[in-house]
Amino acid sequence: MTAAIRTERLTKRYGRHPALTDVTVTVPTGRVVGLVGPNGAGKSTLLGIAAGLITPTSGEIEVLGGRPGQDTAQLARVGFVAQDTPVYGGLTVAEHLRLGAGLNPGWDAELARQRIARLGLDPARRAAKLSGGQRAQLALTLAAAKRPELLLLDEPVAALDPLARRDFLRGLMEFVAELGVGVVLSSHVLADLERVCDHLVLLAESRVLLAGDTEELLATHYRVVGPRGCADALPAGVDVVQAEHTARQSTLVVHDPGGALLRSPCDAEPVGLEDMVLAHLTRAAGAAPAPTTEEPLEARR
Amino acid sequence: MIDFSLDLRSGVSPYLQLVQQVRRALRLGLLDVGDQLPTVKEVVAKLAINPNTVLKAYRELEHEGLVQPRPGLGTFVTRTLVDETLAAHEPLRRELRAWLDRARDAGLDDESIEALFTTTFRRVPDGVTR
Repeated sequence: MTAAIRTERLTKRYGRHPALTDVTVTVPTGRVVGLVGPNGAGKSTLLGIAAGLITPTSGEIEVLGGRPGQDTAQLARVGFVAQDTPVYGGLTVAEHLRLGAGLNPGWDAELARQRIARLGLDPARRAAKLSGGQRAQLALTLAAAKRPELLLLDEPVAALDPLARRDFLRGLMEFVAELGVGVVLSSHVLADLERVCDHLVLLAESRVLLAGDTEELLATHYRVVGPRGCADALPAGVDVVQAEHTARQSTLVVHDPGGALLRSPCDAEPVGLEDMVLAHLTRAAGAAPAPTTEEPLEARR
Repeated sequence: MIDFSLDLRSGVSPYLQLVQQVRRALRLGLLDVGDQLPTVKEVVAKLAINPNTVLKAYRELEHEGLVQPRPGLGTFVTRTLVDETLAAHEPLRRELRAWLDRARDAGLDDESIEALFTTTFRRVPDGVTR
């Protein structure tokens, strides 16, 4: 099956600053993929390259089997909503839809009209007068009405309050249900990711830390609480992502892709998505200052 | 019609929560044969949840023979869980009570008993819980 995005040692440098370093990752189609990581991790760069807006320094990338931005056909297959969901403040909602119709060969005018009506947006209202949540919904509607196979969204909910965020994600999920469109969205907001993303790619310091199906990742991460030093007693194949110690007790977050823990006497309990992600980010942040990063940050799959 | 909810702090995956909520409704008789489950779009609109998650839950329920999709119409309950397990409840309860007595005799307090049960329960997956 063709992947939504497939990269091979993809690298982007701005001068001496690495934005992406040797990123090798495959993102499946027809899914809602969360691109997660702190600010400056390289999320926007990866999405920009996938949209055909940024040229990589080296490495390869395929989007839906084609080269990003190679021709108009490829551009039509991918919808991109840039950070802060930009719209034209001086144009009305209706003018945005007319613009979308004029610029996109596959424009679905009925879809756009229905969504705008359902959102209760006044077509005569200027975008500058809309709330942040409404502007985000307008930008999403424009991207979806071009009927792409893949929607790329860069931090679409970062600037929204919790209610607007939920509304936006609901709108996005409705498009996924109606159109079967695949989605890759970046976010440094962890709340709500579990309900929308069925695949995760975790980025930090320009590298991929972790990638996989959300369910599978959650099913192979555990919190282990035991007497201090219990980390040493863990069976082989268990990766200690995070370890916190008191005088007597150790609390670990471990990744156990092979199921070795089930055969060991440790008490392991499930860990939530947020804790799992934070454990990996914490480890990456701790490892970052040391320049001798011997592959611990490579993608684990 | 069943009304789904999600508890993201439970540690139970969203898809499994939906499956469990349907099973519970079937067990309690809140859903009956012929009843319709909410459409994927309805669940998505209510919970702001990934439609793939809802589809996965419905496929799981179909696999268990509990529901059947009818193309263009929706997903319908084909079997309840009320009668099947009810008969087994009483003997299981008796055994559990005897086990609890033995645990108390051995000196375990309530928390120890609960911890023992929970850890053992997690170690023995039922084939669905991954």
